[in-house]
Amino acid sequence: MQSIIEIKKLFYRYEKDAVLEDINIIVPHGSFLAIVGPNGSGKSTLLKLILGLLKPQKGEIYLFGQEINKFKDWQKIGYVSQKANSFNTGFPATVSEVVESGLTKKLGMFKFFKKEHAQKVREALDAVGMTKFSNRNIGELSGGQQQRVFIARALVSEPSLLILDEPTVGVDAENVSNFYQMLGELNKNREITLLLVTHDIGTISDKVSHVACLNKHLHFHGETNEFEQLRADDMSKAYGHDVHLLAHHHEHGGVTR
Amino acid sequence: MIQGIFHYEFLQNAFLTGMMIGIIAPLLGVFVVVRRLSLIADALSHVTLAGIAASLLLERNVAMMAGLNPLYLGMVFSVGGSLFIEKLRSVYKHYQELAIPIILSSGIGLGVIFISLANGFNTDLFSYLFGSVSAVSRTDLWVVFIIGILVILVIILLYKELFLLSFDEEHAKASGIAAKSIHFIFIVMVALVIAASMRIVGILLVSSLMTLPVAASIRIARGFKQTIFLSVLFGEVSVLGGLFTAYYLDLAPGGTIVMIAVLILIISIFYKKLLIHKGGQPGER
Repeated sequence: MQSIIEIKKLFYRYEKDAVLEDINIIVPHGSFLAIVGPNGSGKSTLLKLILGLLKPQKGEIYLFGQEINKFKDWQKIGYVSQKANSFNTGFPATVSEVVESGLTKKLGMFKFFKKEHAQKVREALDAVGMTKFSNRNIGELSGGQQQRVFIARALVSEPSLLILDEPTVGVDAENVSNFYQMLGELNKNREITLLLVTHDIGTISDKVSHVACLNKHLHFHGETNEFEQLRADDMSKAYGHDVHLLAHHHEHGGVTR
Repeated sequence: MIQGIFHYEFLQNAFLTGMMIGIIAPLLGVFVVVRRLSLIADALSHVTLAGIAASLLLERNVAMMAGLNPLYLGMVFSVGGSLFIEKLRSVYKHYQELAIPIILSSGIGLGVIFISLANGFNTDLFSYLFGSVSAVSRTDLWVVFIIGILVILVIILLYKELFLLSFDEEHAKASGIAAKSIHFIFIVMVALVIAASMRIVGILLVSSLMTLPVAASIRIARGFKQTIFLSVLFGEVSVLGGLFTAYYLDLAPGGTIVMIAVLILIISIFYKKLLIHKGGQPGER
């Protein structure tokens, strides 16, 4: 199976500070990878490199088997930024209108929304469980619901890879496991490869298939069940001090700290 | 008055121009307000004042310029001012609102100098400041119609992009929309609409026609398209009602138009309160 993202011996530094050193990852098709790391560990830099917003100084990045400089199919990649939480909440747009705006680039200039696009919007909202809110103004929803709408906005252009930056910021604790449930279903039912980064180890759930810990180096890269045994050890490496992991399984299987 | 519209050309001019402005000012105003650029309209209107004053001065002192419609120079100043605002906003990245007082005071400063050179106020200038029912010429009407059709076409063609840019600028840029060019087109359109509107509402009150109907509409609308629709409706009611009142009571239409817009705004606030009292809309917070 073709790998969706492949990174080989990647290095990146800002001025004198090395941010990323010798990063190697393979993200296989259909996987659900979480990259965990403390603030300033290079997560955002790594995402920017993968999204082509920064150029690697050393090393190689392949997207869908293609060298990143030659990669043109950017609409295969959906991106939900952390910034999604800081939009103008008083904006007078309905949930449908926000999701529809995800089609802007795909449609191109001087093209209009048509019936088939309304159908795509409904499907995307259905996939994140927000259909019944489609006619609400976006500002009336809770943080978690808004985050789902932004995921629908990314889904509507039918990406094969969805990249999420700190997606659970602004989602209340009790809804985090529902949120992962939804991501897990997208991953399984729609065969979307998911990559998320977070600084909060507590939010990693068993819906995630692969976990990597990042702090300049990539400390661990493997299946979640192996992660269970390795996590305490690696976390302290990544975070630079002992991390108390009060790991226990809920009924849903979510692991919390 | 309805009969008057058929009888007097000046009334036709005023009403047709007013109807067009009642559409385009709130239509662009929706994007101006949601992008939090309301004050830019104010700054640009004061720059337009400098252009009008300059034109009136030239008209008086340079024989070749006699009969020049001040609208043209007003537009040139307004568009020039809008480009200058953009420049200032990129120079003062962390103090973007600074561009507004800089442009606003430069506009008034320049305007006052031109007015003094022309030996003070005259009735012509008064009609530019506060609008006029009788001073709108056929040429004004044509210019406003051309600008109006241009603006409506651009909004229809660039609706998707303008929406995305207004809602989430970061995302718009990240998804590869030509954000800079679209913003540029947008700001030039704002400048043109301000220059076009001043004949009816007057320079000092132009920005209100871009913001008040939108402020009322945001209170009660559901979704962006409805916000646009209600804004245009409120704008149109204000302009037509204002012109009608101004004609009959012999007042400056700028004042009557704005006061009707304020009245609509107050009703919209009251209307929302009433809904909440009755148990509220679902999801009301």
